[in-house]
Amino acid sequence: MAGQIPILRIGSTLLVSIQIELRDAVAEAFQADVLSEIERRGTTGLVVDISGLDMVDTYVARILAETGRMAKLMGTSTVLVGMRPEVAATLVRMGYDMAGVRTALDLDDGLALLGHVVPNRLADR
Amino acid sequence: MIKVSATHEIRIDCEDDIIKVRRRVRDIAELRKFDSFATAAITTATSELARNALVHGGNGSACIEEVSDGFRLGLRIVFHDSGPGVADIPRALAGGYTTARSMGLGLSGSRRLVDEFELESVPGVGTKVTVTKWRRF
Repeated sequence: MAGQIPILRIGSTLLVSIQIELRDAVAEAFQADVLSEIERRGTTGLVVDISGLDMVDTYVARILAETGRMAKLMGTSTVLVGMRPEVAATLVRMGYDMAGVRTALDLDDGLALLGHVVPNRLADR
Repeated sequence: MIKVSATHEIRIDCEDDIIKVRRRVRDIAELRKFDSFATAAITTATSELARNALVHGGNGSACIEEVSDGFRLGLRIVFHDSGPGVADIPRALAGGYTTARSMGLGLSGSRRLVDEFELESVPGVGTKVTVTKWRRF
């Protein structure tokens, strides 16, 4: 099932846009692919675009949050972008606010957020 | 008095059936002119409850009913499974309690997304969850 979700690189940032339903097998392949690409490319940022998702249930929310935590263990900052208003309202009403996951309105803002973070982190090394 | 104008029954035997059920619910909600927030709410609740039926019951079914109470149109969905049942209903509804690979927000979360929520469960026999979402004016 690998490769169903394309992973693009922009500078030191990986960009994935989820446009399909995250079934179990797709979700696991997605996480594995993202982590492998982080290692292979030596990236420091990950932007996950979910503007294509008209529904995020707790199953998908958990996968997204988990992926961010996994990337963090490898030194990569994750920003979730493009969440639709209906999705934000539904998640909060369910009691799931994606705590610990950084978010931005859209791709531009997400990349800007990482742009501010990455140089500072590199400068500290 | 609730009138049922149409009924759609879908079996839940595998993960793809969860997607099938929630797509059907979304299609009907959009056709019946539910607003986008109400549509997302009932679609998401459906996804949670269909997954519960599959994970806890092994399989189950969803019966989607287009209903009216004389004033409002609504969607009522009845989820059935023949699993072990919910042993501690108040605890399950409180959220944060999980017996499976989830966050324990499926039941409590979907309850908050709908207008009416009813859970009946008999240990060893199965679980029936009925949810209703009314179309806003």
